[in-house]
Amino acid sequence: MTVSTKPRWRAKPRWRFRQPSVLPGFGITFGYTILCLSLVVLIPLGALVVRSSRLGLSGIWEVASDPRVASALKISFGVSLLAALTASVFGFLVAWVLTRYRFPGRRIVDAVVDLPFALPTAVAGIALAQVYAPNGIVGAQLEKIGIKAAYTPLGIFIAMVFIGLPFAVRTVQPLIAEIDKEVEEASATLGASRRATLWKVVLPPLIPAVLTGFALAFARGVGEYGSIIFIAGNLPYVSEIAPLLIVIKLSEYDYAGAAAIATIMLGISFLTLLAINLIQAWSRRRFGYV
Amino acid sequence: MSETAAATFAAAPAKPDTPRSAVTEGRAVRWTLTAIAIVFLALFLVLPLATVFVQALSKGFETYIATFREPDALSAVRLTLIVAAIAVPFNLVFGIAASWAIAKFEFAGKSLLVTLIDLPFSVSPVVSGLIYVLVFSAQGVFGAFFVQHGIQILFALPGIVLATIFVTFPFVARELIPLMQEQGTAEEEAALTLGASGLWAFLTVTLPNIRWGLLYSVLLCNARAMGEFGAVSVVSGHIRGLTNTIPLHVEILYNEYNFVAAFAVASLLAGLALVTLLIKSILEWRYAGELAAGGRH
Repeated sequence: MTVSTKPRWRAKPRWRFRQPSVLPGFGITFGYTILCLSLVVLIPLGALVVRSSRLGLSGIWEVASDPRVASALKISFGVSLLAALTASVFGFLVAWVLTRYRFPGRRIVDAVVDLPFALPTAVAGIALAQVYAPNGIVGAQLEKIGIKAAYTPLGIFIAMVFIGLPFAVRTVQPLIAEIDKEVEEASATLGASRRATLWKVVLPPLIPAVLTGFALAFARGVGEYGSIIFIAGNLPYVSEIAPLLIVIKLSEYDYAGAAAIATIMLGISFLTLLAINLIQAWSRRRFGYV
Repeated sequence: MSETAAATFAAAPAKPDTPRSAVTEGRAVRWTLTAIAIVFLALFLVLPLATVFVQALSKGFETYIATFREPDALSAVRLTLIVAAIAVPFNLVFGIAASWAIAKFEFAGKSLLVTLIDLPFSVSPVVSGLIYVLVFSAQGVFGAFFVQHGIQILFALPGIVLATIFVTFPFVARELIPLMQEQGTAEEEAALTLGASGLWAFLTVTLPNIRWGLLYSVLLCNARAMGEFGAVSVVSGHIRGLTNTIPLHVEILYNEYNFVAAFAVASLLAGLALVTLLIKSILEWRYAGELAAGGRH
């Protein structure tokens, strides 16, 4: 055994929880933050964890493999995936038009994009149901060409696009605004067609933002309740979404079943969040920004 | 926000004889894309909003007004105002405290703390309600205690307030943390050096710096607090005239096929949303520099 006798010239800087600062008030604001966070968020979410851990993995699996629950989960995640894709495509188009082109009323259109953020979900829900119902403005037209929108999975899709759109627009928009014009000029000077410039120069750096917007819209769509239930028709096995099933289980006092579905949904939204963080970490390495 | 940057990219002046700019699309493409975007937004976002008001007034103004003379409608409005009056100030105080601790100091585990504060945004509204049911129901974690002492939390005001606080929890902190981080600590340190007390420095230096961001976030927080449906629906118990907020009252009227009344009550919330959007847009145009850049909602 060799004991190092070398004198330690420089003591390792002592680990501190907090870097020193002349500003006061850290203790009280930090403590208050932790207190509120624990009471409002951590303890209630902990209750869900406790409740579902009592069920165990096998218990959760049992609930998830119930045909009605499985089909509700499938509808929630499947339709939300499609809706997030649609919202991403149109969201990109809207963001592009809003940042790149000048046209009268552009600012109003820009403000309108936030409507789904501001409009309460129940209001959006009954309004969408009204518009897309067989006797509604759009619903009647769709009916003529043989498409039923309201009270079918298509209705769920429409509501999910509605609430997902602002996420898709607002994550891409600032990055489109920041694109360096000179890069595009260089590309054009070097003889690239406009289409080639768009595909090879402009679009690639925007991909991470598009993916982030997609993930946010997806996560929101999966959990959405208010704007969907009015337009969905809520037919078991056809147009019943997972959050509604939680509400139904609760009204039957089946707390364990409700907790199990909630745990599955939380698990998947946690994975989505993780995916967003990975995309952003990758983007930071690849492009130097989020 | 993107004003100056976007202006640089403004499409080439649309004179027919100007050669096409190399850094924008052709005129026909520009017009087509703009038209698609506007038609899409009109169809998906504006049409439902317009429908609310059209339906609300479809049986005339008298019927519209009569909806609000209903005692159940009035009690729903009253409950919503009470809930917002408790939840918004709570989150305001929390948001200021959290952003002071997080933005003005360096400490270990900061990003974990920020993630935890953001958590309610990624939880489904129904799950937000469910967790409080699990905590406070009779066989819940703390439920037995409250039941023994005769304190009603679920299906009563406290439960509704708690669920509302949960879903609006990150709003103020999320806006203020990046804003205060951008502003740094130099101005507060100067104030302290000049002999100000900590509280005085906060009131006279920090608060004026964050006032527009504060207003912005309170506005959004309030809109969500008054309009929250899923979480409140789970904890409220839907007792008519007692635990129904405005959105829940809309649901009841709609499910009773009383469409005109449902849209009339909904028009209150739609009006609130429009006012919120208007003030939000004005703040973004005029005080863009004094709001957190690129804040996510």
